[in-house]
Amino acid sequence: MSEPKKSEFSVIGKPVALVDSAGKSTGQGKYADDLSAPGMLIGKILHSHLPHALIKKIDASRALALEGVVTVVIGKDAPNTYGILPVGHDETALAVGKVRYVGDNVACVVAESESIAEAALELIDVEYEPLPAWFDPEDSMKSQSNFIHEQRPNNIEKDYHHVFGDPDAGFAVADVVLEGRYIANEVTHAAMEPHCTLAAFEFDSQTGREGRLTVQSSTQVPYYLQHKLSIVLDMPMSQIRVIKPLVGGGFGGKSEIIPLEIIAAVAARKAKAPVKITYTREEVFLAHRGRPRTIIDLKTGVKKDGSITAVAAKVIQDGGAYCSYGVVTILYSGALLGALYDIPNIKYDGFRVLTNKPACGAMRGHGTVNVRFAFESQLDELAGKINMDPVSIRRKNLLKPPCITVNGLRVQSYGLPECIDVVARESKWAERRTKLGKGRGLGMACSHYVSGAASSIIRSDMPHSTVNIKIDRDGGVIVYTGASDIGQGSDTMVAQIAAEVLGCKMNRIKVVAADTDLTPVDIGSYSSRVTFMNGNATMRAAEDIKKRIVAAAAKKLACAPEDVLMRDNIVYKRGVEPVESKSILQKVLGTSPSDKAPTVSGHVEGQILRGSVQQKRKDEGPKERMSFEEAVTSAMDNTGALSGTGSYAPPVEAKGGKHKGGGVGPSPAYSYSAQVADVSVDEETGEVTVHKIWAAHDCGRALNPVSVEGQVIGSVWMGLGQALQEEFVWKDGLLMNPTMLEYKSPSSTESPEIECFIVESIDPEGPFGAKEASEGSLAAAIPAVANAIYDAVGVRMRESPFTPERVLAAIRAKNGQKKIEMTNRVDPTAPHKLREHGGSLWFKGRGPQRHADDPSRKTTAEPVAGD
Amino acid sequence: MKKELIELKVNGRRHEVAIEPSKLLLDTLREDLGLTGSKRGCDDSSCGACTIQVDGTPMLSCTMVAASYQCDNGAHEITTVEGVAEHGALAAIQKAYGDWGGSQCGFCTPGFMMTVRALLQRNPEPSDEDIRHSLSGNLCRCTGYTQMYQAIKAAILAEQKGMARGNERTEEE
Ligand code: FES
Ligand code: FES
Repeated sequence: MSEPKKSEFSVIGKPVALVDSAGKSTGQGKYADDLSAPGMLIGKILHSHLPHALIKKIDASRALALEGVVTVVIGKDAPNTYGILPVGHDETALAVGKVRYVGDNVACVVAESESIAEAALELIDVEYEPLPAWFDPEDSMKSQSNFIHEQRPNNIEKDYHHVFGDPDAGFAVADVVLEGRYIANEVTHAAMEPHCTLAAFEFDSQTGREGRLTVQSSTQVPYYLQHKLSIVLDMPMSQIRVIKPLVGGGFGGKSEIIPLEIIAAVAARKAKAPVKITYTREEVFLAHRGRPRTIIDLKTGVKKDGSITAVAAKVIQDGGAYCSYGVVTILYSGALLGALYDIPNIKYDGFRVLTNKPACGAMRGHGTVNVRFAFESQLDELAGKINMDPVSIRRKNLLKPPCITVNGLRVQSYGLPECIDVVARESKWAERRTKLGKGRGLGMACSHYVSGAASSIIRSDMPHSTVNIKIDRDGGVIVYTGASDIGQGSDTMVAQIAAEVLGCKMNRIKVVAADTDLTPVDIGSYSSRVTFMNGNATMRAAEDIKKRIVAAAAKKLACAPEDVLMRDNIVYKRGVEPVESKSILQKVLGTSPSDKAPTVSGHVEGQILRGSVQQKRKDEGPKERMSFEEAVTSAMDNTGALSGTGSYAPPVEAKGGKHKGGGVGPSPAYSYSAQVADVSVDEETGEVTVHKIWAAHDCGRALNPVSVEGQVIGSVWMGLGQALQEEFVWKDGLLMNPTMLEYKSPSSTESPEIECFIVESIDPEGPFGAKEASEGSLAAAIPAVANAIYDAVGVRMRESPFTPERVLAAIRAKNGQKKIEMTNRVDPTAPHKLREHGGSLWFKGRGPQRHADDPSRKTTAEPVAGD
Repeated sequence: MKKELIELKVNGRRHEVAIEPSKLLLDTLREDLGLTGSKRGCDDSSCGACTIQVDGTPMLSCTMVAASYQCDNGAHEITTVEGVAEHGALAAIQKAYGDWGGSQCGFCTPGFMMTVRALLQRNPEPSDEDIRHSLSGNLCRCTGYTQMYQAIKAAILAEQKGMARGNERTEEE
């Protein structure tokens, strides 16, 4: 672990254990599924087994007749539409009139137990009329009728066409121009905690009727959930409380409203009892909202000296059946072509297309990852064409901040040059690259990401984060933050910042987070916005409350407020030694200050302390230093409990250009990452082994280095999953691998060493200079591996993941050998055979009954592989 | 299905529970005993989040029928993550996972606690390869495992130091 460099801080920059880590390692911490309520019922969802069909009739009478079944909820129980984006309200709690993917939500059984609910699912009779379905985005775009959503002709959710600078002129002056098609297949978050929601109504004392709703849910966005619940249930937001318990990982998969969250609330209303729904792992895969399969046609021009003259990208995303975050995803794909390198001319055409598959949404590195894979691969290829080292071509195209890119992104802090230097040095790039021998190679790639979006998805001028702090007579500091800790450590970040600003120890801070009744609005944990935005709000709240403590302390210390310093539980005059709190307290009290020890009189120490402090204060004249508690108590003399508030809204200068869609991409600050991958490729089997990744990440300032390293390593690791083995395998709209094993989430034996180097560029607007750390490193991992494969065996992988099949096909194609058909004679029309052990809900002997125009009736084209 | 009364010994205490004879041990622990530390992360015994120890051996409680593990003359001593903290303080491995970033979201952590605990009971000085292999039945989506290795090594060191201290004390007495 790298040593913290700065000693100017007492908490910031120090490796600290997450404040909730003991709860996690002892099992005391509660996740949504660990909760229950008296009289709680269990909900189970009936999913569609057809990809696209009209619902003619739902008959639940047989299910309702089963003992233990309380109710069955269907679409018309809550037909209001919602969606995470205001422009994409295309979902309903349960299907109304139509299902749009295998796995769409048709009905929900509420019963006394899970086993009864499951049995009842089999007894619901649904009559469907199949419609033609689309599984390939390029086919879907050509559709003329039977659109997935009537309001989206040709199944195009949204398309954008951006031109910045003069791309034609840029390509004209290039010495080399390359064009290529890259495909990144679909991946998903697969957070270890399956989604879970517990919803319960309480009675209203005034009306005697059903009153407030409390929802406890595995969410990254409790306030959005509150908002959407109010839309679907037709209830004022003030009557809905959303609480986020511990969340077992999100990665974007819980960053919007997942069907079960709404369904549980609707079910609780209808069942008149608390209802809990927990997804099975298979349902998690079908709820999805992951990274879409993306087809990228990329064209880049460079001069002989390596400088990039223009980039043109056409991006098609296979969005699945609902909008989800799609409009934002397709915009990120274009916008973040900028702000990594200096690119003078950019052309971007993006198409978000609807297909009859589970909706894609936001996943770690939202929108940027797949395009980054294409870009960094093509840049590598261009470097080869002009005989330039891959490291040098990247150094050649660096931005010169502070600057504003051609597409309107403001860049202030920019640690990319240092990141490149660090990984080149640590991997011994220059020395080793040529000496690795047959089948082994090094590859380099870079990436970047936003520290939150400068404009929120719901347009408003309100702050993106607000934090309140309360300090009461006990001297305890309670921070009320809406930030959602999903394992990334935001509660700890907030505690660290509050402790640093207030000059007290971490154990004095208690964080109350993500409870819409208690905490002020924070728009959620997504787009890596929390440290930057909630951190800034926390800092401001702490400074607000500190002002009052300092004013009171200044009187006692007989100095100007500017000369009052606070650190490690001591408040002291500038120029005076801040002695260890222990000795000071001993001086003040003449007793041992042990925080927990009860005093002789049996009183809790704090009460005694205040009494004696007040007594002392009267007796003593001016002094040089005092304890945190004394300072706080004197500030409270006239006001009672102290409270402070702070909020953060990104500055207008960070909000980017005025073009259509220009609101996505701009961020107050960008993180940077550079990576080198060391891989071997087995030319006989096509198997790729990653030996090591060196990853350098510019996070502005590492508030908590252990956490930053953990986030960077986790991102790179997740990128490696996408690079080598993770992928959704589809057959006619059926997900063939909805389990952790078949999806191939990497285990410890498949995970290489990842060494993380923290680069601190100290952002001028970040809290203590901090910016993004949890997503930006993901994207570089994929092209770093692709480039290393090229370095190893001379094949350019243009379709991810780089499975043995694809790599071998590419190697054989290069050598002029015939492709080996590994799946020959596998009958794809009999998926129930493949899925038997997984317990697929909709294939228990039902088989696909499809519309005559369904692609499952046609032969499909050969997939693209490497060349 | 009609319920039956069974007796389980969990974390050193005996519990009588009335459950359906087909009920899984994981569900019994979570729902009937309120021991929600063990997690369910999958449908097909692929994730390890539900790992417990039975007589010291790590096992997946999501695939075990509770009624088959009734306590019986000293056999079937079940330990869950709730039984790991020792003498009113975190066990070395629990503390180290916090200090070294071994858990982020923590959903996989109870399973890892039980797997690592069993490993270290069997082999107090495992090699890097031993550690890597013994963790391969537990999945984590957050950490990439790297910081877990650091945590495990730190825990081993802490244990050794603690043991050394323990020995000193005995010698003094
Ligand atoms: S719950 Fe996944 S292995 Fe038991
Ligand atoms: S810490 Fe989140 S799954 Fe392991």
